[in-house]
Amino acid sequence: MTGGGARIWALHAAVLVVVFAAQYWLSPYHATNLARIMVLAVFAMGYNLAFGYTGLLSLGHALLLAAGMYAASIPAQLWGWTAGPALIAGIAAGGLMAGAVGLLALRTAGVSFMIVTLMFAQAGFLTILYFAPVTGGDDGFALPAASRTILGFSLATDTPRFLAAFGLFASGLLASLALVRSSFGRTMVAMRENEERSRMLGYNPFTVKLAALVISGLYAGGAGAAWALLFGYAGASFASIQYSILPMLYVLLGGAGTVLGPFLGAVLMFYLIEFASDLTSAYLFIVGLALVILVLFAPKGILGTIRERWARWLP
Amino acid sequence: MAFGPFLLLALMEGLVTAAVLALAAAGLSLVFGVMRVVNVAHGEFYMLGAILAWVVASVVPGPPAVGFVAALVIAPVLVGALAAAADGLILKRLHYDPEATIVATIGLLYMIQQATLSLYGPNANPVPAPFEWRIQLPWFGYSGYKLFVVLAAGVVLLALWIFMRRTKAGLIMRATQVDRTTARSFGINVDLVYMGTFALGAGLAALAGVLIVPIQQAQYLMGGDPLLLSFIVVIIGGLGSLRGTLIAALVIGLSDGTISMFFTPTLAKIIATLLVAMVLVFRPQGLFGARA
Amino acid sequence: MTNTLLHPTRRGLLMAGGAGLLTAALPGYVGAQAAPIKIGFQLHRTGIGASYGRWYERTAQAALKLINDGGGIAGRPVEILFEDDGTDPKRGPEVVDKLTQSDGSDVVMGTLFSNVVIASAPRAGELKVPYLVCSEGYHVASGILNRWTMQPGITDVRSQITAMAPWVSANLGKKVAMIFPDFAFGHDHRDFFTAAMAAQGGEVIAQIAIPPTETSFTRYLPQIPAETEVLYHVMVGPAVLTFVKELGEFYGTGAKPQFFGFIDSLEAVDTATPGLEFLEGSHFWEAHNRVKPADAGEHEDAYRAAVGVDDNGASVSDAADIATYSHMFSTWETLFAIKAGMEASGYTGPADRQKFVEAMEAMTDLPYGIERPQGAKVFNGKTHQVFGTQNISQVQGGKLVRVHQTSMADGAYGDAVDYTTMAF
Repeated sequence: MTGGGARIWALHAAVLVVVFAAQYWLSPYHATNLARIMVLAVFAMGYNLAFGYTGLLSLGHALLLAAGMYAASIPAQLWGWTAGPALIAGIAAGGLMAGAVGLLALRTAGVSFMIVTLMFAQAGFLTILYFAPVTGGDDGFALPAASRTILGFSLATDTPRFLAAFGLFASGLLASLALVRSSFGRTMVAMRENEERSRMLGYNPFTVKLAALVISGLYAGGAGAAWALLFGYAGASFASIQYSILPMLYVLLGGAGTVLGPFLGAVLMFYLIEFASDLTSAYLFIVGLALVILVLFAPKGILGTIRERWARWLP
Repeated sequence: MAFGPFLLLALMEGLVTAAVLALAAAGLSLVFGVMRVVNVAHGEFYMLGAILAWVVASVVPGPPAVGFVAALVIAPVLVGALAAAADGLILKRLHYDPEATIVATIGLLYMIQQATLSLYGPNANPVPAPFEWRIQLPWFGYSGYKLFVVLAAGVVLLALWIFMRRTKAGLIMRATQVDRTTARSFGINVDLVYMGTFALGAGLAALAGVLIVPIQQAQYLMGGDPLLLSFIVVIIGGLGSLRGTLIAALVIGLSDGTISMFFTPTLAKIIATLLVAMVLVFRPQGLFGARA
Repeated sequence: MTNTLLHPTRRGLLMAGGAGLLTAALPGYVGAQAAPIKIGFQLHRTGIGASYGRWYERTAQAALKLINDGGGIAGRPVEILFEDDGTDPKRGPEVVDKLTQSDGSDVVMGTLFSNVVIASAPRAGELKVPYLVCSEGYHVASGILNRWTMQPGITDVRSQITAMAPWVSANLGKKVAMIFPDFAFGHDHRDFFTAAMAAQGGEVIAQIAIPPTETSFTRYLPQIPAETEVLYHVMVGPAVLTFVKELGEFYGTGAKPQFFGFIDSLEAVDTATPGLEFLEGSHFWEAHNRVKPADAGEHEDAYRAAVGVDDNGASVSDAADIATYSHMFSTWETLFAIKAGMEASGYTGPADRQKFVEAMEAMTDLPYGIERPQGAKVFNGKTHQVFGTQNISQVQGGKLVRVHQTSMADGAYGDAVDYTTMAF
């Protein structure tokens, strides 16, 4: 996997250029969808760092998404914070929450880790409902327009929103690429492949996994905050189990343990629903069928299977 | 209500919750234990059982008990057949790869839900209990059928335990669970074992659906909760341990029931959820699992 | 036209349904002479709101047929574009976007669940597209949304609840225990009914909030105090029938308080379902009486026939398929409000969307008629919310029988917002 450095950076830079340029040739409708997809992809990239690279199968990432969402939107609602500080608060909250969850949950592994994270997230979801006077509970709340601004630009308008989503996405993607190519990235993969052996090589699995989870939480928190700020709504449904399964689905569809996989999975899933719902009102059947067919042809996800067969250099 | 009767009701409700959990988890415990795959569509097999119970009840004439008994046979067989087909057509071709299986079973979940919505509709329809028996205590009334569910859960788990421990099929399944490769070298048709396990697990889920639907209504989204809860029960109990599954169901059911006496409902739910999670944090292998 | 509607034949009904399907399947088939007006419709086709969504679609199709038969809107044919929101607040704004930017809808009609409405309204505001919701939530009139969002078809839940208190305290009892879902819709019930009851000299002695993830309820019922005179219950979602059944089992044959419920607890559920016998004699709020009252208004028959509902509130083709009768009229009335607003503003295309909103805000008295089968209403242009009368029904012989109709004043409360002063 080493040696292809220039090729790898060129590929990812090219993807970013195409995505950036897409705002000029896509209709406003599809450009807005792309902004949504980029935010979802950031969430999925974070999930991928924990699951795809480090092997931590979490079913609780909705909690991290929601932590970021509320850490950004409650100060915006109550104290009029603008998007910049709110986003930073969201990112930090995602990381902190991941650290807190990790300290307890990382005592477990495998399916037990999956269940513990699931239950923490469920408790978090209920907590949001319990504190409805502040969180808006299940109804949620619309963010005040004044707080949805960054450097004087309104995030409620198309171009600034797209650029903000792109900025988050591009930094997430590049950071993710740099991370997995670093020595820490290789340690993360070592945890996934053989924890016992890496322990003998002198790594502390607990700290490595905790660090990976916290980084994953930073992504999830950033995505949650960005969703609230760019699309103007925060609500408890984003803390429900559905939003723990979604990033896993994006990652598995695109290719777990590939840098571009989460983005690809998010695009695929979004437009699969879009096209299927134009075909028939029973569109979920088509979506389900497509998932089954896709996984039969690409059991490692799209990019995972491409990497296995043709492009072993893909990070 | 005074503390005594309140506690009695909380314990009865806890027991019923435990029975529901144990029933829903029995099939998953088998599939997860033997095949080690996360079947996201497991709850949908449960839902199909409940929906089929409604269909059978509305087609079969005579008293509710007749339809109920018919559904107890028909629903597990049909759902088991569907699961066997899904296994042969999809999971086997994925070689039971854990990650690919998650995607495939999410796809299966969408298909089953949409098909049910299109054919059956979105409403929650009641299915009559096989018998009407209401217990009237001095402080409150209680559904006799709920107590029957507790009994049924005991019978189902006992039957499953005997099947796994005392029959040749059970022995083969346990052997496959311990070591797939060795089992194959002893001439066991592992593919067939897997298909049988998957079908049996789905059939058990459908059976649970039939048993529970008289107290919960048949609705196309009803599979979500049992899926999560039965995963929790199976893992807390310890993978592959039926006794663990039963005890975990009791622990979760009874703690849920009694905690709800002392706090406002949502707060009680939060506390109960965190407490159960803590069991796993401090005993990662589950109550009766072997340390990995 | 109106004549055939008042005395419809079964054949006419089938044709109405067929035409509706055709309109949806072949956009533009009615638009031979002029370009059609497109109304986007955000629909709960899947998810926990699906049983409402199905009837919302049927009712909207029926109203559409009537409008097109009567010459459309300002002489232009009308079509509705339905798009599923999955009852999901994330998908909601995406659907508003799709209906507006991709499908070219002139206005977008909204849906029932408050969270989807609250999540979607900001996007409608950004797109500057009128967003007309049928949700009954107290989120439009509370002032948290924007100038493009309005609710012209159904009274909000705050007014509904407030209107119940005088009758409940005068006829059922003064000591009330409330049981409701622990989310915003339930909290509206908790807050506004408690206040309204206090104003009537009554008292809410217990508030039991049920976590929305719950599918079994019995364990919470002992928290109802023994001295309770009235048990006020409201529940939503697929578990409602379980809730009501467990309530019956809990009280059994023992002493029980008076029950007063919002029909949401039994919407789309047959009141004669086995296990619900204990409800005999209990009372429910209904916006629109599911079982046709003896003294129903003159347009009731035509409305039922057009939508395909019999006198018991069930589908004419399947007596077990109970309508969401107390909510679905809102889509019908909203469509007619759109027609009135567009015709009053001289609407010609998306450039006139602001004029349309201003014309809507200028509306006040909305008299009873086939346009408003639920009853006369008053639209408050400042709060973007419509107000009407409510009904209280009693279960008699397994059927809901209207025993009281509130006055408009019973549900009045002070304005919390003036949207007309806000920028577009």
